[in-house]
Amino acid sequence: MRKFGSLAAVVAAVLVVALAAWTRQPAGNAQGGATVTGKVKFTGAKPTNPPIDMTEEPKCKAKYTTTPTRETVVVNPNGTLANVFVYVKSGLPASAKYETPKTAVLIDQDGCHYRPHVLGIMVGQTLEIKNSDGILHNIKAKGVKNRPFNISQPTTMTSTRTFSAPEVMVPLECNVHGWMQAYLGVLPHPFYAITGADGSFTIKGLPPGTYTIEAWHEKYATQTATVTIAGTESKTQDFTFAAK
Amino acid sequence: MVSGLLLLALRAAPFPIPHSPFPPQDTTRGKAVYVKWCAGCHGDKGAGDGPAASRMLPRPRDFTGAIYKVRTTASGQLPTDQDVLRSIDEGLPGTAMPAWKDRLSERERRDVLAYLKTFSAFFQDTSQHIVPLTFSKEPGGATSAVALKVGRQFYDSIGCWKCHGKAGRGDGPSAPRLKTDPGEPIFAADLHENWRFRGGAGTADIYRRLRTGLDGTPMPSFSDLIDQKFLTDEQLWRVAQYVRSLSPERAPEVRDVIHAPRLPGGLPRSPDDSAWARVERYWFPLVGQVIRKPRWFAPAVAGVWVQAVHTADSLALRLEWDDRSESPDTPWLEFERRVLDHVTSDDSVPAPADLWPDGIAVQFPRSIPAGMERPYFLMGTATDPVYQWRWTSMPRQAVAGLARGLSRFDVLGGGSAPGAGARFADGQWRLVLTRALATADTANELQFEAGRAIPVAFFAWDGSNGEHDTRMAVSAWYFLALDQPTPPRVYLSPVVAMAVTLGLGMLVAVRAQRRAGAGGDGGGRSRA
Repeated sequence: MRKFGSLAAVVAAVLVVALAAWTRQPAGNAQGGATVTGKVKFTGAKPTNPPIDMTEEPKCKAKYTTTPTRETVVVNPNGTLANVFVYVKSGLPASAKYETPKTAVLIDQDGCHYRPHVLGIMVGQTLEIKNSDGILHNIKAKGVKNRPFNISQPTTMTSTRTFSAPEVMVPLECNVHGWMQAYLGVLPHPFYAITGADGSFTIKGLPPGTYTIEAWHEKYATQTATVTIAGTESKTQDFTFAAK
Repeated sequence: MVSGLLLLALRAAPFPIPHSPFPPQDTTRGKAVYVKWCAGCHGDKGAGDGPAASRMLPRPRDFTGAIYKVRTTASGQLPTDQDVLRSIDEGLPGTAMPAWKDRLSERERRDVLAYLKTFSAFFQDTSQHIVPLTFSKEPGGATSAVALKVGRQFYDSIGCWKCHGKAGRGDGPSAPRLKTDPGEPIFAADLHENWRFRGGAGTADIYRRLRTGLDGTPMPSFSDLIDQKFLTDEQLWRVAQYVRSLSPERAPEVRDVIHAPRLPGGLPRSPDDSAWARVERYWFPLVGQVIRKPRWFAPAVAGVWVQAVHTADSLALRLEWDDRSESPDTPWLEFERRVLDHVTSDDSVPAPADLWPDGIAVQFPRSIPAGMERPYFLMGTATDPVYQWRWTSMPRQAVAGLARGLSRFDVLGGGSAPGAGARFADGQWRLVLTRALATADTANELQFEAGRAIPVAFFAWDGSNGEHDTRMAVSAWYFLALDQPTPPRVYLSPVVAMAVTLGLGMLVAVRAQRRAGAGGDGGGRSRA
């Protein structure tokens, strides 16, 4: 009886692992799937981000050589827009399940700024909230589909939280420092990317299908595009946001 | 044992056992209660947008997000039924939410709870585990100097002061920027007025708020700090005990008469004169001026502490009130703008945010009334003016004048202004106003007399809350009584009375003894 029990356990474990491997849709062409890549362009006059007076926090102020500013609109030197959250809004099979990554997503409070300013995470994946400043921050998540939270971090420490429902975006803010804001996209799948210093994004490992891809920006709201994928090709889809 | 067996027997019974003495909550009946009593503020759909909502700060709860301030659960978790019931039963002090315990039956309250849970899908979501946190018992020594010192130390080190201020009056550097989740301006609590704490005034209540945070507001949970051993549970209790120690032992009782003792020496004219420490303080609550347009629904000054003393020829009043900023104060301009944006104005031209000063007014009738008749409390009328002292922070001065209703104030000239000494520190104004009891202008200026009930009322303006003119906080009429010096006969009379009584008694006794000694003579005479 005991032998049978342990055998069953092993079989079950193997099955679970196999199932997990089968359902896993990791990024990268190695496991097949297509790639959607592109640039987020910006047209019009480049807005100026308001400066932040950090006099009240000398520890943060000391981390800057020039006056720090908000990161509402970050236009790259090549005319592209950073901090755009690009993700698959719809088109994935309703039944598809994607494994929650074991690795955590990190948001750091450094120099009285959230780093990164825009980030993505999967439902159930751990968000590590780090305070590198060692001064009082509170981090408040103001989700609507997710339960909100508001934790105090008066010292160098790391807290962890998870999110239970897809939501684009969950605003994060610090009430001690009103200028500190970040945005977290919570998705049930791993098909998202955030534009960086070159304004490009790459979403890998997409199975064949027709998808609505949405590009979200904190100030310029959203734009969508429809992309159809047949095999394992790489498709380009650019977005353009205009100054308002 | 018997009850245990009975319980077992009942468990085994084939019919369901009710968990509570009350029938299951009934959302249909709950809706009827809600529509009648709650919807006016909280809105038909529970979105906190009833007809009265736009005049309220803090706003009525929006039930659709299921975000509740006062809970026993972790930050971001749904409240327990008991948590919501508590807010219904006890109300939320310092807000427009009254206690419903004595207005609705228990059943009505439970039904309305069931109904308001239907406004949010979160309550139907079975994956939400509603588990209250485990709270430890309060460690002893709450009021000991050591406990309070530890509490103070952590109050500073975990950053409470960033919002609540160094002295705890809600005047910290981050305070002007604070917003609720929907973006309404919110004050960091004044920790010296615990009777206005939403979730209760006691040390255990404060400890719980530290553990759970106040969801939807900037107040975070400090539970992670205990989990990560940055501080111990006992140290967090010390913070709660320290915060509790900032408020008076009991919520101040509103008394009708301010007694002004007579001082043998000179008047304490400085706001920080040590003589004030020995004088009784009286608390007078203030409310928004909502009678005349433009009305004001969001006053920032909750009340004023008043002390009064007099000498043979002069009077001094000390007024203390908590105010988060020494207006005009530019850092609060954005806060003021947000207040004005959120509180519906009935002014024809909405008030712009501006650098208004702080102010306070002390109001008397022009003469001590013979009966109970007093001028109209709201700054008199055109035909029956009132005598007022008005003090402003900018220019820093006090004037005396006659108010003829809210729109007219005539300053009295000729050295009639009261003496004024003010200082602002740590979110509090402290002001001493002095005047001679008797003046030359007996027609317009009140002549103070000892032993009389002198009507007095108070008004306050917090400039950085956008308050000016009719946008102010007001009190009702109260009385000021200058205690008469005790004449020597007060002490002498009882002694004399006792001596006389004793003398007369002895006389009676002696005469009775004599009569008894004289035998039947006297008796015979009386019978004759």
